[in-house]
Amino acid sequence: MDILVIHLFNALLYASVLFLIAGGLSLIYGVMRIVNLAHGNLYAFGAYVTAWVVGQWLAGSNIVLLYLLLPAGAFAAALLGAILEPTLLRPFYRRAEEYQLLVTFGLLMILEDLMHFLWGPYPLSASTLFEKMGSLKIGDSVYPRYNLLVVAIGGLAALALWMFVYKTRFGVVLRATSQDMRRASAMGVNVNRVYIQAFTIGCFMAGLGGAIVVPGQSAVLGMGVDALVLAFVVVVVGGLGSLEGALFGALIVGVVREIGVSVFPEIELAVLYLIAVIVLLVRPAGLFGRTA
Amino acid sequence: MSTLPLTLQARSPMKVLPWAVPVAVLLFALPHAIDPYKTILLSYGLVMGIAALGFNLLLGYTGLLSFGHSAYFGVGAYAVAMMFKYFHVRSMELFLLGAILASLAISALFGFVCVRYTRIFFGILTLALSQVLWSLAFKFYPITGGTDGLRVPTPTLLGLPIETGGDKILFLARNYYYYVLGFFLACVLVMWIIVHSPFGKALQAIRDNETRAEFIGIHIRRYRFVAFLVSGVFTGIAGALWVPLNGLTTPDILYWPFSGEIVFMTVLGGFRTFSGPIFGAVAFNYLKTSAVGFTTYWQALLGAILVFLVLALPAGIVGTVVQLIPLARKRLSR
Repeated sequence: MDILVIHLFNALLYASVLFLIAGGLSLIYGVMRIVNLAHGNLYAFGAYVTAWVVGQWLAGSNIVLLYLLLPAGAFAAALLGAILEPTLLRPFYRRAEEYQLLVTFGLLMILEDLMHFLWGPYPLSASTLFEKMGSLKIGDSVYPRYNLLVVAIGGLAALALWMFVYKTRFGVVLRATSQDMRRASAMGVNVNRVYIQAFTIGCFMAGLGGAIVVPGQSAVLGMGVDALVLAFVVVVVGGLGSLEGALFGALIVGVVREIGVSVFPEIELAVLYLIAVIVLLVRPAGLFGRTA
Repeated sequence: MSTLPLTLQARSPMKVLPWAVPVAVLLFALPHAIDPYKTILLSYGLVMGIAALGFNLLLGYTGLLSFGHSAYFGVGAYAVAMMFKYFHVRSMELFLLGAILASLAISALFGFVCVRYTRIFFGILTLALSQVLWSLAFKFYPITGGTDGLRVPTPTLLGLPIETGGDKILFLARNYYYYVLGFFLACVLVMWIIVHSPFGKALQAIRDNETRAEFIGIHIRRYRFVAFLVSGVFTGIAGALWVPLNGLTTPDILYWPFSGEIVFMTVLGGFRTFSGPIFGAVAFNYLKTSAVGFTTYWQALLGAILVFLVLALPAGIVGTVVQLIPLARKRLSR
């Protein structure tokens, strides 16, 4: 029984982080119709910033302060996004998709090396936050409390995002722009502002994903590239551009991966990708997607 | 897509020969003028040129952007490595045959799924499928060697015993260079015939206007599927030819950033021209090698070049030159 609970927690842990990454990717696609290949690097950027602030710069400070600084990576990623969108991506919205993919691929290469330049080739960790929380007894086993915090943050982020998109005035504007950019513009919506806001929120979520993951595992080069393909699986399963889909997809991927790691470790990744392919064949727009 | 000026026009063979023949002669003569290291580098470029040529049949001629061409390159390479590991094959011709069959099978399987989609979904689907292969190569350590990869020794060419006194560098720079060059020229010729055949024209019609192409009776999905197969096999051949140069197959060539590199080199040369991808592949190879030697942050450098390219020279190097020629002629004749 307790083993099952632990597996469930692990699946939720994984799903939370994936939702933060894939949700941002999906939000950006939904509003701007751009698939950002560098999105995984914003996740990695968030992880590095938090690891650096908590693990190096202010290491040894008051633990409460360090916990409060956990989201530093999210804000840093949001700031980076707010700079990148108007400068690099805006000229490409009217261009063919090939060019959009290429420019974000170029961005991916640049960001990968930026992190290498800033923080060197070695892994960076912020494990104090993980260790200080201790662990919880579940039956005969122990489970780190920090992981539960990650699940809670993931759940809260999903809730906050849902409220934001469906319950606020800004959400209405966002959805209107996503449905018909021209008409929204004709109704007086400042589309450029909506774009920059949506992109910033997307990057904030990715950065938050990185920030909460880094106390449990180190920030390493290449983590963004790895994360992006999994985020792709999530959005393909759930439907590109749909937040509910991202949540559902993240849960599926989280559960399948948790089962996979213990039952069929060799083909765990292959099974995930195959699920994505099957979903695309049966429902081209994803389980929650709108047909384009 | 359709906003770009069309430069993939029909050219008669007579018009191509005046510059194709000197280039071929130059490629034949070069190993005697430059040092072996540079010759090997050029071989890498020619091999990637075959891959880019195959890739561009989809991007430039059919209008489908694949972000998963690492799959066919990797399948070609791993076919070679497996044939050596399990059947102790040493003959390059058998390697190539195996690579062609393997990449044909995989691209038939993947193509069957992928050609139902276009645009962004085609890109994501090809990417996801290529990553299935990557994860298998990565995880099945006993078969694929995992991240260690599989080592493949020098193959025999055309059934001849290996000469040059066991000097691998000299073998690669002389015998193997001409072997690669032969295949490269054959691939260029075959691709040239394909894109100028009625089949190639039909692909371009599909690219320019899917609905109209369907109206005049072109079976779109079947044409795309065949283009996908040809593209996959060309890339598979490139993968097989790449193995002796590298001596080792690792999962890196199946990982999706490698697909990104194939896209990069094609766009660098210009995907709206026939020779662009070839030129782009050779140029990219030199660029990457010198960037790696020049700075630790070569990735950022290449990324910046890619962003600049897409912003300022979307037609690529060859594409831009082709666009400039008529302008220059006009200036001169005035």
